[in-house]
Amino acid sequence: METTRPSVWRKMRGNTGALIGGTLLLLIILIAVLAPLLAPHDPIAQDLTRRLLPPFWHDRAVPEHLLGTDHLGRDYLSRLIYGARVSLGVGLGVILVSGTIGITLGLIAGYFGGWIDMVISFAITTRLSLPIVLVALAAVALGGASLTTLITVLGFLLWDRFAVVTRAAAQSLRHQEFILGLRAIGASRARILFLEILPNMRATILVVVSLEVANVILLEAALSFLGLGVRPPTPSWGLMISEGRDNILFDPWLIALPGSALCLLVLAVNLFGDGMRDITGPARK
Amino acid sequence: MTEMMLDIRNLKVSIPTERGTLNAVRGVDLQIARGETLCLVGESGCGKSLTATSIMGLLPRYARVTTDRFDMAGQDLTGKTAAKLAKLRGRDVAMIFQDPTSALNPTLTIGRQLTEGVMRHEKLSRSAAEARAIEMLDRVGIANPAARLTQYPHGFSGGQRQRIMIASALMGRPKLLIADEPTTALDVTIQAQILTLLGELQADLGLSLLLITHDLGVVAAIATDVAVMYAGRIAERAPARDLFAAPQHPYTKGLLAAIPVPGVTPRGSALPAIPGRVPGLIGTMQGCAFRDRCAIAAPECANDPVPRIEAGQGRFVECTKAEVTA
Amino acid sequence: MLSFISKRLLVALLVCLTVSALSFGLMFVSGDPAIAIAGSGGRAEDAEAIRQAYGFDRPLIVQYLDWIGSALTGNLGQSIYFNVPVTEIIGNRAGVTLTLGFISFLVALVIAVPLGVAAALRPNGWIDRIALVIAVSGQAIPSFWLGLMAIVVFGVWYGWVPISGADTWQGYILPVIVLSYYAIPELMRITRSGMIDVLATDYVRAARAKGLPMHLVISRHALRNAVLPLVSLAAVQLGQLLSGSIVIESVFALNGLGRLAWESLLRSDLPVVQAIILILSLLYVVLTTLADILNAVLDPRLRGGS
Repeated sequence: METTRPSVWRKMRGNTGALIGGTLLLLIILIAVLAPLLAPHDPIAQDLTRRLLPPFWHDRAVPEHLLGTDHLGRDYLSRLIYGARVSLGVGLGVILVSGTIGITLGLIAGYFGGWIDMVISFAITTRLSLPIVLVALAAVALGGASLTTLITVLGFLLWDRFAVVTRAAAQSLRHQEFILGLRAIGASRARILFLEILPNMRATILVVVSLEVANVILLEAALSFLGLGVRPPTPSWGLMISEGRDNILFDPWLIALPGSALCLLVLAVNLFGDGMRDITGPARK
Repeated sequence: MTEMMLDIRNLKVSIPTERGTLNAVRGVDLQIARGETLCLVGESGCGKSLTATSIMGLLPRYARVTTDRFDMAGQDLTGKTAAKLAKLRGRDVAMIFQDPTSALNPTLTIGRQLTEGVMRHEKLSRSAAEARAIEMLDRVGIANPAARLTQYPHGFSGGQRQRIMIASALMGRPKLLIADEPTTALDVTIQAQILTLLGELQADLGLSLLLITHDLGVVAAIATDVAVMYAGRIAERAPARDLFAAPQHPYTKGLLAAIPVPGVTPRGSALPAIPGRVPGLIGTMQGCAFRDRCAIAAPECANDPVPRIEAGQGRFVECTKAEVTA
Repeated sequence: MLSFISKRLLVALLVCLTVSALSFGLMFVSGDPAIAIAGSGGRAEDAEAIRQAYGFDRPLIVQYLDWIGSALTGNLGQSIYFNVPVTEIIGNRAGVTLTLGFISFLVALVIAVPLGVAAALRPNGWIDRIALVIAVSGQAIPSFWLGLMAIVVFGVWYGWVPISGADTWQGYILPVIVLSYYAIPELMRITRSGMIDVLATDYVRAARAKGLPMHLVISRHALRNAVLPLVSLAAVQLGQLLSGSIVIESVFALNGLGRLAWESLLRSDLPVVQAIILILSLLYVVLTTLADILNAVLDPRLRGGS
């Protein structure tokens, strides 16, 4: 039928989803940016006399540490606030690297076709067959755990989805009349690729960016949790979960809080991305 | 009185949408006698496909369908459950679709798709069902039918696939065949072959045929009767000969003026198009739906209901200004 | 059909070769493996001794050919830490990972596919809403965190299941739940969207027009076509479950391949890490190749001229 009723999925992940997700995301970005103003304490300042203080809903809670302190007496709220910086920073950094690689490869493969496309498609297949967590772990371990290594490694590993999507989009765009017209008037290939085809993929790329940001945030947390991501004392949510692990029997809030923060952020990014996908049209795969 | 294969009164189909209820079919009456070919014509979006699909009971769950009377293939289905209608499908009533490429399941063999209905309905053995499938394929002009039963749809051309669809529809020996724009997706030369085939089958098997089309050329080739649909209602219904000879409704006149007549229309001359656009069908509508585009519209055209003028056996027109000479 | 399969196998072989070169090269991209083994504080003489003992002083290409040559004969080298063949250690540990991966995969399929179909049959219905919540939450919750929280709730508070290890079958319950929850959203999404697409096709309408009952329309006409994209995705997901179980194994202290890889990394036992990366990649290649072949069997259009 020509007319179909919009389903819950579309509605919820459509405009409302994008709205909720977008608002939440904006809020977390604001928190990350304004971290120095918002955090009540230095996130890495230890106070061994005030270790493992519980959050406010507990009897033993202390007013100046609203969400308690960790095993080294660091203020948990401040660490959570600064943790948003790490998650978003890594997400953004990785996307810049992986997006540049993937979009360039995808554009070239989709536009030129032929053996270039074969080579790049082969690279995509090969990349997909690598066990991502393990390779990232190994690379970070060998390169020495640091934020820069982490971002570089993940950036060079996660370009596949960008490449796949832009390749498909470039393939369909290259035969469209306005591109054929540009070729006829002798526009350079680089101009056609980056000034004509690329801007036409904005919506598609935006959707991939959101999917990948969520993916990267979860990966960073997992790697940091395994001790091969962000280095202590940097407050990463994954690292905080790992550090709180020894005390989960008595103080489960130590992992509950950073984990919830992670869920919230990933949820926000996903809702926003899915919403954008529905709003910008059928980019469904 | 001839036996009616389809008698439907005041058919209404509405679909809830975000912007309100879409009243796509707003009170359609259709009668098809045994052995008659009724063409339902109209522009796209006028509700003709919805009408056909609702007669088959194949609309999505959320579509609301009501009728005052619904007789089909000798059964009274008025107010009956969907299950009752389902019992007729594939037996007394069959349907063929617009695009034969998408109407055949790509992952099942032709033989399987032809036989699965009758093997269930008539408890036929596989070999008996296959024998009938071969007979039907032969009848619709598929060469070497026995060998083709094990093939998949992708091995056939568009025209062949539509022939297979027709064979599939004939498997249950239907009394009424509904064809929803069966030639639209085909090449022009193939269109004529398929129409000829439908015409022959209709005559040979004594089928009643409801043919949905927007192509008046198709109508001229095959119809015994024509119903012209506009904005969810039948604007005019007449025997084909009478309709072409003397159209009554201004919309029918407009449609007919828009087809080139060989030898009459000067070559290269522009065909007159009907000005204006089809009205939106969301919400209720007052008066004649065509009046905004009508050259002879008058103030009384906004009044409800639009008078229906009967003009002899099987002919009526819904127009305030029409002057029918019986 | 045959040419399709042979083409596919050729690509698979090329991917395997490339992956082997990558996993071999990985150990060299970021510096001298000898120093990594000796430790950053190690003496230069130690590093030199290691370099000679493991042949790191030979040209890379020679080392690679040597490695791949013996890999083909089933020899993946010696573990530096345990000083026993890598294959032996891996053989001891693979069982846990395979068990965990396959069971989780089956559980995920058994839940995701019927749920996806049911959701597609009535978009908007309550099943669809539940499916939506499962999908959205499953994609947002980090599996290692979910695992820890499950340990706290079911292992510590209620004491229903053991909190670590897989000495008994109960030890697999939480890991399987967590891992399958990770795989469900994607599988369910593709089942649902595939099913919705297929249900709207003309051939499903045609099947209903033939008077087939709904359950036959769904099982014979709709599901068969809707699972085509699912087959490829399922292969990918199984590969990801096997290689992604590294985090879960660490959370639940399961002695599988993932945990072995992690421990080996921490003690710079590079031959083991290389071998595991290679094995997991090959497994992935095999799975996706099988899926493509299965797809070709299921979908006559892919078989080429008939």
